[in-house]
Amino acid sequence: MTRHQWTKEELAARRKRSIAIALVLVALMILFYITTIVRLGGNVADRTF
Amino acid sequence: MSDSSIDIEVCAGGSSFGNFAAGGSVADYFALLKPRVMSLVVFTAFVGVVVAPGGIHPWLGAIALLCIAVGAGASGALNMWYDADIDRLMRRTASRPVPAGRVQPGEALSFGMMLSVGSVLMLGVLVNWAAAGLLAFTIFFYAVIYTMWLKRSTPQNIVIGGAAGAFPPVVGWASVTGSVDLVSLSLFLIIFMWTPPHFWALALFRTSDYQRAGIPMMPVVAGPDETRRQILIYALAIVPVTLSPFLLGFAGWFYLVAGLALSTAFAWFAWRVYVDREGGVAERSARKLFGYSIVFLFSVFAVLLIEHVASRLPVAFAG
Repeated sequence: MTRHQWTKEELAARRKRSIAIALVLVALMILFYITTIVRLGGNVADRTF
Repeated sequence: MSDSSIDIEVCAGGSSFGNFAAGGSVADYFALLKPRVMSLVVFTAFVGVVVAPGGIHPWLGAIALLCIAVGAGASGALNMWYDADIDRLMRRTASRPVPAGRVQPGEALSFGMMLSVGSVLMLGVLVNWAAAGLLAFTIFFYAVIYTMWLKRSTPQNIVIGGAAGAFPPVVGWASVTGSVDLVSLSLFLIIFMWTPPHFWALALFRTSDYQRAGIPMMPVVAGPDETRRQILIYALAIVPVTLSPFLLGFAGWFYLVAGLALSTAFAWFAWRVYVDREGGVAERSARKLFGYSIVFLFSVFAVLLIEHVASRLPVAFAG
């Protein structure tokens, strides 16, 4: 086993990847939310009790 | 991991691509998705979604396209993972993230797998499972049947493997209808028949690359003359295949005229490749066919799209 020392460039790249993953997760959250609304559509208004 | 170090196992032969890479940039991961190939996939799938009978909510249609794009990108990442050893031997592919050592093979594999599963599940849950099943099969076909099996074993690799690239409009169509029918198969057939002359034209002026990598492309195995003959046969077959949406009663006269002109031009470029066999002229003809083949495919699907949208306009305005 050897220990890898992260360089500044590698840390910067890792930070950018983390930000990209976070943005994708937020986008997916919004996407699923809107899709739920779209798929429910008028069914909410038409629902029976 | 909060500190700036990481424990890694260094084992002999563990990675054949240089030293440990601490992960590529976001651009490297994007490059794993083969964005240029993806653009053709998205466009043909988009046409499949728009021209399919019935309707789909625009938001769900956009999601279907997103899933198809991500699925295509995922299979590209899996392809780059598996082919890294031969990619680094070819000029065209040596700078890809894995052979260049910017992304570890294992990272490309897990990235591709994650996107494959994610795109299929998302398409199934949010759109429909018929389309999701087709997308899963497309990814499997490209990554396993083509990349792992056919590519290195037979000169018919891109003939059969071309099916993977031909599926997107069928998946797009199935996203709307939930099924596969004759017309969507005719769209499949256009891309399927287009693939061999497209890649063989490329292989004609990149033969040395494929030779070095040991990939049994047609010019390497059967020679350039046989490749030219086969290109011509496929190009001639493309003419009736391009017209098949019209013959099936799906496309109109505008498509018939444009499709006939585009496919005849395709056959003409293939004929030039067949005739020009020596020196710079031969390479120029192959390059021209390769360039035109891309224009051809975009144009055929664009014409189908334009005709379909134009035919709906009077209905939309009347409504």
